[in-house]
Amino acid sequence: MSITINLPNVLSRLADGQRSLKAGGATLGAAVAEVSSRFPALRSRLTDDAGNPYPFVTFYLNDEDIRFAGGFDAAIRDGDEVTIVPAVAGG
Amino acid sequence: MSATLTLPVAERAPATFSVLPQRCRNCGTTYDPAPVAICEECLGPLEPWYDADGPRLFPDRAIIGAREQSLWRYREWLPFRGQPTLSQDTGFTPLVDAPALARALGVERAWIKNDAVSHPTLSFKDRVVATAINAAVAFGLDTVGCASTGNLANAVAAHAARAGLKAWIFIPEDLELAKVVGTLVYGPKLVRVRGNYDDVNRLCAQVADRFGWGVVNVNLRGYYGEGSKTMAFEIAEQLGWRVPSAVIAPMAGGSLVTKLRKGFREFHEAGLLSSAGPRIYGAQASGCAPIVRLLQAGADATLVPEVPQTIARSIAIGNPADGASAAKAMRESGGWGAFVDDAALVRGIRLLAETTGIFTETAGGTTVAAALELARSGHLKPDDEVVLCITGNGLKTVEALAGELPEAPLIAPRLREVAALVDAA
Repeated sequence: MSITINLPNVLSRLADGQRSLKAGGATLGAAVAEVSSRFPALRSRLTDDAGNPYPFVTFYLNDEDIRFAGGFDAAIRDGDEVTIVPAVAGG
Repeated sequence: MSATLTLPVAERAPATFSVLPQRCRNCGTTYDPAPVAICEECLGPLEPWYDADGPRLFPDRAIIGAREQSLWRYREWLPFRGQPTLSQDTGFTPLVDAPALARALGVERAWIKNDAVSHPTLSFKDRVVATAINAAVAFGLDTVGCASTGNLANAVAAHAARAGLKAWIFIPEDLELAKVVGTLVYGPKLVRVRGNYDDVNRLCAQVADRFGWGVVNVNLRGYYGEGSKTMAFEIAEQLGWRVPSAVIAPMAGGSLVTKLRKGFREFHEAGLLSSAGPRIYGAQASGCAPIVRLLQAGADATLVPEVPQTIARSIAIGNPADGASAAKAMRESGGWGAFVDDAALVRGIRLLAETTGIFTETAGGTTVAAALELARSGHLKPDDEVVLCITGNGLKTVEALAGELPEAPLIAPRLREVAALVDAA
């Protein structure tokens, strides 16, 4: 199983310049943990010290804010697309 | 911002205009001036670094008072060096005494800060776009954009047209007709997005990342937001260099109440005000009130985003970027927040019109109705002097009043028909 994680510019620099990463796992949290193990510099920008989503980014699972979908516990399926954007925008 | 350094400054602007550097509000990392709003180190928000050149010199009351009646009279508190050349007519909107509204609220005095007549597009968004557009041009950008619930769309389109910039503007699909027309008329590329504002905002964060435009409320956000402070500056000056006891403003992304607090504090720190500022109150519609609910949940709570369900589309932001900062600003100022349902906000529009002659949009109706709720719940006191920030014009949201107003009788041009109406009145 594979999903795509789309990164903003500011995070792609921490992933060898890649804007999209492939990842696997049963949940979004597992997929995030997997890419964090491949790109350790990403870890502290995707998760806080308690393992929750980092407060200055927002995760969208197939266009839905994951805070409406179970957070990192949200189940993922093959072909899902996760988009990460900086949280400080708009208004 | 340095404290207590009020020195008379000569009225000669630096020969060149430029944008200030920025600094991360979260970790303090500094950045050269650029159209970026996110810290590369921690992803926190960037804000202008006013002391980058050393402590700033501020004008005194007399110098400010002799300047042009626009928001640029406060330019030392805005994120530039020198005198901007664009959007010179924005700001210095009327502060209107509202004795009948004060009686309705049960307070000593009330005023309306009337940004419903802001130039050029009749909302307070002219203020933030005035600063953003000057930054965009200084950066050499040829295209600006925004994610908008309507008022910002109007403002970006108009200011960009005047500056000769291209504009790409993204809005939710269901905005009021006047806000769509009031954008398209300026000739931008207007894009309607299936979804709500939060969907549009996410898209624009990606757009700013991809195309290198100046998206005013994304990558120009640090410069854009500072324009909101001028509403506080004007209130203080128009009251005779003092602060009211309470200020009430609508909340969407939450930036305005945060910047109101910052503006009053900066004037106090510069020695222009004897008080650090008023109690700040925020107003939301009950169908989209994540910031008020965060405030009610306590200082340690985390914002829970909402899916908006309200006719107050201009403040229908379910995932407000400055929600936590806004709640903190209200709490620290001694203020609070209130939400009201759609029926109440429509009554608020009518009350404001009938007591002050000011026709506001749904956000303004929300502010008036929230003020009534804050008075009823005891947050506003009989000796309070209250300023209500009315941020938009009612002609943009006439749909909100559909079926709410009496139908005008249709008569023949005969005096007896008028007499019959007078007898029946």
